[in-house]
Amino acid sequence: MTSGTGVENTERGVSEVDTAHELDLYRQMLLIRRFEERVYLLYLQGEIPGTLHQSQGQEAVAVGVCDVLQRTDWITSTHRPHGHALAKGVDLRAAMAELFGKATGCCGGKGGSMHLGDPSVGMLPAIAIVGGGNTVVTGLGLAFKLMRTDQVAVCFFGDGASNEGAFHEGLNFAAVQHLPIVFACENNLYGASTPFHETSLVPDVATRAAAYGVRGEIVDGMDVLAAREAAGRAVAEARAGDGPSLLEFKTYRFAGHSRGDVRGYRSRDEEADWKERDPIVRLRERLALTLDEGILDETDTQVEAALDEAVEFARQSPLPRPEDALTGAYATVIGREATP
Amino acid sequence: MTVAAGPANGERRLTIAEALREAIAEEMRHDEKVFLIGEDVGVPGGFGGAFGVYLGLTEEFGHDRIIDTPISEKAIAGAAIGAALMGMRPIPDLQYADFLFECMDELVNQAAKMRYMSNGKLSVPMVLRCPVGTANRGAQHGQCPESYFVHVPGLKVVCVSDAYHAKGLLKSAVRDDDPVLFFEHKLLYGSKGREQAGGMDLTAHVPEEEYFFPIGKAVVKRAGTSVTVVATQMSLYRALAAAEELAHDGIECEVIDPLTLLPLDEETIFASVRKTGRLVIAHEDTLTGGWGAELAARVAEECLYSLQAPIRRAASHDVPLPVAPVMEQTVVPSQARIKAAIQRCCEG
Ligand SMILES: Cc1ncc(C[n+]2csc(CCOP(=O)(O)OP(=O)(O)O)c2C)c(N)n1
Ligand SMILES: [Mg+2]
Repeated sequence: MTSGTGVENTERGVSEVDTAHELDLYRQMLLIRRFEERVYLLYLQGEIPGTLHQSQGQEAVAVGVCDVLQRTDWITSTHRPHGHALAKGVDLRAAMAELFGKATGCCGGKGGSMHLGDPSVGMLPAIAIVGGGNTVVTGLGLAFKLMRTDQVAVCFFGDGASNEGAFHEGLNFAAVQHLPIVFACENNLYGASTPFHETSLVPDVATRAAAYGVRGEIVDGMDVLAAREAAGRAVAEARAGDGPSLLEFKTYRFAGHSRGDVRGYRSRDEEADWKERDPIVRLRERLALTLDEGILDETDTQVEAALDEAVEFARQSPLPRPEDALTGAYATVIGREATP
Repeated sequence: MTVAAGPANGERRLTIAEALREAIAEEMRHDEKVFLIGEDVGVPGGFGGAFGVYLGLTEEFGHDRIIDTPISEKAIAGAAIGAALMGMRPIPDLQYADFLFECMDELVNQAAKMRYMSNGKLSVPMVLRCPVGTANRGAQHGQCPESYFVHVPGLKVVCVSDAYHAKGLLKSAVRDDDPVLFFEHKLLYGSKGREQAGGMDLTAHVPEEEYFFPIGKAVVKRAGTSVTVVATQMSLYRALAAAEELAHDGIECEVIDPLTLLPLDEETIFASVRKTGRLVIAHEDTLTGGWGAELAARVAEECLYSLQAPIRRAASHDVPLPVAPVMEQTVVPSQARIKAAIQRCCEG
């Protein structure tokens, strides 16, 4: 969540993080992790319809980046949006209800998992077209520039998306217009089953920044503090009118691409190596040096309780009315509307 | 409910996914110029395409002919078109029909126009398979966008509903010298989604021997005299189920699967409409500007005086697809809605 957590920029662009703040980062990452685990179970049990793309392993990127954003800043997200949504402050209960397809969901049940979002906290409905956000985000930045606000927009996208034309057009356009944008690439090594290294001769997405004259940086996406610091600098620069940058977070999704993916295209050794770098375990170990284990356990309990409550809220919530499907495509309706 | 297909008898029953795989394998064996190119099509240990249609093909044909690509629809379509112009017969794959919009220029401005612009000196023999259909995936993963392409002179548009015709048409499409968009419904593959397709038997008899089914030919799935119903994919099966119910009320529907939307088999459809005097069209594509509108216009032009009642359409309502099942079911043409359209047509 973005509320009250160190967005005041120091000279280096990023405020220092005290222990309380670190504990909050830990709590946010854990919330995302447990959220993903829960919803997957609920999906398997048939309570959640549709499909799911989980982001376990990538929590540090969502939390680290969103931690340096204001509520009035905006993000765009992808088919894998749960972490981004919770980190940007989409209400937990409304996010859960959206996955359940309930009327109380953050998109009224019209969006679902792949289109989670909430304009009131600065998140567009997630865009499930790979690379879809990379061009749209430039318009957010352009509006901020034209309106002379100090808002910043962050575009989350995957390594796979960096091979879409949209990535290149969006980055170049943002660069040449000096737009207040951070392109945040979550390089989890795979686009669905396809390894990134088989789709690009350039091993690092960040290298591509040079082609467009913007700053590019490789960041440890398994370390929330590193993610936060890099994002803090990039956001501060964007806010100060220094134009966009491209951050590449090296990360890994612990789960399959989507439901039912048995991950036959990658080795269990590789998975084990990356799990060694679990961002939540890492931060917990760090915190345990200064904090009482009891406090950390207490945080775990709070997260579970919040999720219990959110699931219960979603279960109890009413379904949308069938006829609600037929309204909302236009701001102004002229002529006859459909009837069910 | 059974998927009635070509020859109804025969032991060898395949799903659409299996039939398509067989068609591709046969064509790749037949002609070394045929190759597959797309996202996640042949990664070892991968998915065999988004719907498993290509599973096992890399083992037989190798990575030279089953080409995994970056997520770059413009490049995939462009590469397929360019290779086709040089005499190859590519089968590009973009995973979902919703992603066709990523390469509209390649399809509409290049593939469709090369033959005409070159005064017939060039052709673009490629087949682009496009999975469509509502399956609880929301606004960007469930569209049935076939009508956009019915509007494009130079393209051919096929829309299959069962394994027999899927195989026969895909083989014809690969050998066709024009660019063919080949629409398949996600709930009808038979690889997943059996439950979502309402417990339907998703297999059909597919003969062992090689066969082709021609592009541009419709099939009458159920003979009847009261009303002609033209429907595709899930709407076809819903129409067939509605027809069974209506038979109890003495309404005998003649249900036609057009199979090719561009060019339409006017002969079969007009003959039926002239016989029944009534027409209902059902499709999951949205209503306004859907291919049903084109069919209705043609029937109005050519068969108006045979019509005893206004033409009726049952299509998806003109909204994006919502994800919540209760709303989604409202948007797509249900069996009840198709039945009501038929009843209304028969009242007039
Ligand atoms: C334009 C487009 N092409 C293909 C897809 C199908 N698809 C969905 S997710 C995905 C992989 C995306 O990889 P990446 O960008 O690395 O994101 P990740 O899934 O790893 O988070 C693909 C190919 C899509 N949704 N949109
Ligand atoms: Mg990826």
